[in-house]
Amino acid sequence: MTVSNTTTRTGAAGLSAAPARPTGRRWVARAAGLLGLLPFLAYTGLFLAAPVVMVVVGAFQDNDGAFTTDNVTTAVSDQYGRAFVTSIELSALTAVVGAVLGAVLAQAVLSRRPDGVLRKAVTSASGVLANFGGVQLAFAFIATLGSIGIVTKALAAVGLDIYQGGFTLFGFTGIAIVYIYFQVPLMLIVFTPALEGMREQWREAAENLGATRWQYWRHVAGPVLLPPFLASLLLLFANSLSAFATAEALTNGIIGLVPIQIGALVSGNVVADQQNLGKALGLGMVIVVGLVMAVYYRIQRRTARWLG
Amino acid sequence: MTVTEAAPEAVKRAGTSVEFRGLRRSFGEVAALDGLDLAIAPGELVALLGPSGCGKTTALRVLAGLEQVDAGEVLVDGGDVTGVPANKRDMGMVFQSYSLFPNLAVRDNVAFGLRLRGVAAATRRRRAQELLELVGLDSHGHRYPHQLSGGQQQRVALARALAIEPRVLLLDEPLSALDAQVRTQLRDEIRRLQLRVGITTLFVTHDQEEALSIADRVGVMRSGRLEQCDTPAELYQRPATAFVAEFVGTMNHVPGVVAGQEVVVAGHRLTLAEPAGARDGQLVKVLLRPESVTLTAEADGQALVSDRSFRGAVTRVTATLPDGTTLLADLPSVTAADLQPGAQAAVRFAPQPVLLAEGE
Repeated sequence: MTVSNTTTRTGAAGLSAAPARPTGRRWVARAAGLLGLLPFLAYTGLFLAAPVVMVVVGAFQDNDGAFTTDNVTTAVSDQYGRAFVTSIELSALTAVVGAVLGAVLAQAVLSRRPDGVLRKAVTSASGVLANFGGVQLAFAFIATLGSIGIVTKALAAVGLDIYQGGFTLFGFTGIAIVYIYFQVPLMLIVFTPALEGMREQWREAAENLGATRWQYWRHVAGPVLLPPFLASLLLLFANSLSAFATAEALTNGIIGLVPIQIGALVSGNVVADQQNLGKALGLGMVIVVGLVMAVYYRIQRRTARWLG
Repeated sequence: MTVTEAAPEAVKRAGTSVEFRGLRRSFGEVAALDGLDLAIAPGELVALLGPSGCGKTTALRVLAGLEQVDAGEVLVDGGDVTGVPANKRDMGMVFQSYSLFPNLAVRDNVAFGLRLRGVAAATRRRRAQELLELVGLDSHGHRYPHQLSGGQQQRVALARALAIEPRVLLLDEPLSALDAQVRTQLRDEIRRLQLRVGITTLFVTHDQEEALSIADRVGVMRSGRLEQCDTPAELYQRPATAFVAEFVGTMNHVPGVVAGQEVVVAGHRLTLAEPAGARDGQLVKVLLRPESVTLTAEADGQALVSDRSFRGAVTRVTATLPDGTTLLADLPSVTAADLQPGAQAAVRFAPQPVLLAEGE
């Protein structure tokens, strides 16, 4: 029998004693293992933790660096308070509509052959469209659904003047439509893996046990897909909440959304030296997303106990 | 783990007869079922055995209603169920890979079918517990599928399939994803359970040992057709075709020369089991089981012993004939002591009718 050096040195008594402290070589090995984490830690520290700390600190400072709660108080009152309400309403609406439509589209696409043209085309197009935002998207919609857009004119030519009917691309509804345009493909991209993880045998087993299609979705597929659906919904909400350029280009800041208010404060276009109020609004957005995440985790704990 | 001795009344039922009549099913150019005929008696366990793509799983899925046929009929207790949807057939199925619903605890998985049938919650719980006792997992009802081993998951799947008191139990390679030890154990438990419950069962497998050890009858399939369906002993000892003979068990391929209704192999005349369709004097390959070959140590014997493998009561001896043919012989270990590598041995064959290998 071969006995290790350590055992030989410590003897029988050493075996029952507390584990030996890591030797210098082990510390080196452990430190080397942590080295691999350094790039990740550096990245998240620099681009996530540091900005959040700066936002939090700045939100409670006046222009001279003294502590104040004025920024936070102002951030939740009057036009800024309304901006939060509008942003949350817009984000919730576009997230829910985008998630539902995206999930349905993803399921429809997955029902096609994996190597089929349609499936490949929709998946590829979604990758592009989910990232197709900002000024160019706003222009695309102005050119189609603007007051003299192609679609608007075409509809007017057949007697359906949507602007006469109260619709405008440059209000809440218009922004919601434009946001949904990139939310749907984003949902398709993030939710497709969850749908692909559904086993055909679950459906067949349910059917074999007497389940109709509806009963299968109600008792098996729905509960299994609910946690990833909620996670995707959260992502869409955050995506919509933080979107800036599209709304700014489309409405020129007429609709008061929080990112637009922050943009105005940071650039000093309206009021000078109010960057810290902008940070307070940023802190408000962090809190909103944090609250949504807390609700999400609470729901997930109830709906996905089976995930262990 | 062992299954409990008494089956609950809920799962004891008279067997159901099943009959396939001329089933045909094609996938594109490939004919998965090509006129399959099979009759299963009430309470019988029939295993469908065959190579990949022979149509055995398609046949099972057709019976489950998960696959439609292009032609033919499926009769259950004499009634035509060919057009009946899967959820109305009352078939209990255990799938190859673990198909438990991941979001439901073990007892809810077992009670799933009962819930769909509107059985009261208390009755569902009691029945699920009975079934879990039957498969030896009564203390695991609160767990979720991912907290169970593969063997335990398949036991739960079995309990779930039995919970709805199915007319027929369908087992689609339920053991193939398990390791060897668990596979053997669960195989025996499935058989004990099936006998106790008395349920008609169709078992699909590509593992001949599994099929031969568990089934009342084994149907060997090839290219969508049934080559032979017989008891394991008949199938092994009297295969109807060369394909069955070669597919089930081990076979020697020994050169021979056709002489009328006989074939001459290494100087011995053996009777052909079926009209060979070969002309007199034609060179053929004769199929011989290792246990049909006898080797005796003799200095002027024509075979040269090259290897031996002790297998308890039997020793498998490998010898080479003068023409280079390798011959396997399963001999009682007590008589094989002299047959060491390098020894010369005389060859004899059991006087049984023999089959010729296909295409040789």
